[in-house]
Amino acid sequence: MQVWLDNPARLLFLRTQMVAVKNLLYTYAGSKPMSFPDFQISSGEHALLLGDSGSGKTTLLHLLGGLLRGYTGSVQVDGAELARLSEKELDHLRGRKIGFVFQRNHLISVLTVKQNLLLAPYLAEVPPAGDRVEEVLNHLSLSHYKNQSVLKISQGQAQRVAIARAVLNKPSVILADEPTSALDDKNCERVINLLLQAACENNTTLLVATHDQRLKSVISKHIILHA
Amino acid sequence: MNLGILVWSYLKARPLNTALNIVLLSLGIAVMVVLLLFSRQLEEKIQSNARGIDLVVGAKGSPLQLILCTIFHIDFPTGNINLAEAEKIAKHRLVKRAIPMALGDSYQAYRIIGTNYNYPSLYNAELKSGQWFQNDLEVVLGANVASLTKFAVGDKFESAHGLSAGGHAHEEHQFTVVGILNNTGSVLDNLILTSVESVWKVHDLPVEAITDSTLKSMLVPSVAAGDSTKELTSLLLQYRSPMGAIQLPRYVNQQSKLQAASPAFETARLFTILGTGVEALMVLAYVLIVISALSIFIALYNSLKERRFDLAVMRTMGATRIKLVFTILTEGVSLTLLGSLAGVALGHGVVWVMAQVIEEVEKTGITGLIVYREEWIILAGSLLLGMLCALLPAWQAYRTDISKVLAGN
Repeated sequence: MQVWLDNPARLLFLRTQMVAVKNLLYTYAGSKPMSFPDFQISSGEHALLLGDSGSGKTTLLHLLGGLLRGYTGSVQVDGAELARLSEKELDHLRGRKIGFVFQRNHLISVLTVKQNLLLAPYLAEVPPAGDRVEEVLNHLSLSHYKNQSVLKISQGQAQRVAIARAVLNKPSVILADEPTSALDDKNCERVINLLLQAACENNTTLLVATHDQRLKSVISKHIILHA
Repeated sequence: MNLGILVWSYLKARPLNTALNIVLLSLGIAVMVVLLLFSRQLEEKIQSNARGIDLVVGAKGSPLQLILCTIFHIDFPTGNINLAEAEKIAKHRLVKRAIPMALGDSYQAYRIIGTNYNYPSLYNAELKSGQWFQNDLEVVLGANVASLTKFAVGDKFESAHGLSAGGHAHEEHQFTVVGILNNTGSVLDNLILTSVESVWKVHDLPVEAITDSTLKSMLVPSVAAGDSTKELTSLLLQYRSPMGAIQLPRYVNQQSKLQAASPAFETARLFTILGTGVEALMVLAYVLIVISALSIFIALYNSLKERRFDLAVMRTMGATRIKLVFTILTEGVSLTLLGSLAGVALGHGVVWVMAQVIEEVEKTGITGLIVYREEWIILAGSLLLGMLCALLPAWQAYRTDISKVLAGN
């Protein structure tokens, strides 16, 4: 709640558009253009991005995160048209407004659990807030492993570390690419619940790209992509 | 989290590779530092020892040997020269000062030099205790000799015949220590000084007092001028004018039994001979450094392949390209800096140990505890080397296509 309370603009437009896509077309070199449906997601709202493999889920997430550029149409995140941002402004946006979670937890293998979390404010050049790391570690029941190498923890634990890292800087949007596909039912439920919980706390918009049927009942807004 | 922790974590994750690179580079740097310390100090010692001596006159033979023997006191004499002939040279109008030198005995491999007070004054030597030698068989000890033999003023010892340890002892004549010199940082520290007459006396060459009617020898005043029986080992000359350098060597070499050797010329020749060895070792050092640079480059390049995902993930977390480039460059520079620091320490350590263990090195006064300006150049060069090794990997990090790397798994 803190974050949107200290941002007066959000109080006035409680459900502003956080993510908006319109007439979006992207062409990989040497292949046919991919088109994407128009959609908007308000701040604090969650959505699932569904579709078969190859339907462009990952491409869309990369476009939303500014990792892919050179699209036609419009992609807006937190009111900013990504095509108009410079490389540096995009880095800034990714560091402060966007959190990424991937299928295979891309943790930095040479660092410990806690160091992986500390990396988020360091790379985004956000001043590390005193006990934010401990707070997130506690919340995701990771305190016990905080000084362990990330190579020595289980897949489920690693995915929790990835979530912790994504939410640490209190982003406006979390883009998750198949966050549960590699997990068993028990861990899947736990991970999606933690994601939702962490998102709710900071009024974060959650966009989950998946073909995992287990998530359909948890998030009601569905955006469906066709190959 | 900061740059240091991040870089150190990556280095620590490949301990063997990191250690290999550091050891490899440190060996190369250590060889360089040892060569630098040795050649530089040796050069300084040689130059300071030859200072003030323009020409050495001795018996015919190798001029280098004559210089090594009479200035640096490491080689053996080429033979003896007749006192009368030496006097003729000393009286030459272009000679400002002539210092006689008579070698023959030693004590525990420390040479006993028969000479006069002009010789220690060449090195600005001053007495630390006692007085100068005046009577026969009185000696003044160099600083190293006194500290290593633990002799004090008033102590007596027997000399041994010859210039190396273990010669036949001259039991019938005992030298008396009358003075000890201050440390001069020159060859004088390893010598025992006495009068020329003392050296003759030990070898049972009677020293005859001169009668009033005869002229005193200008080199050894107790002997009559023109004495044809007495002999010296060599004569150290100072020129009166630069003309001496042109005329005197030729004048000396015309005498059938004498030769003149120029310390400046012979030491330059010595440096050329030593220089070849130094250069050969320097090539070895360069080869080691180039190999280690290659090894560091390959290590960074390979680790970067494994780290493509890490780099892409870092970009998704908001890292700028410059930040990643800086991280990779820092990693390269850390490796070379650690390697060269270890190398400099190792080089100094090796020279220090040699000075402790090897007596010859200790005698020359070479120390490992001196730092030359060139070592800063070595350190700065290693920073540059690290940057160079990391340049290509850093450029690749700069160009990482985040989307492609993330989608490619």
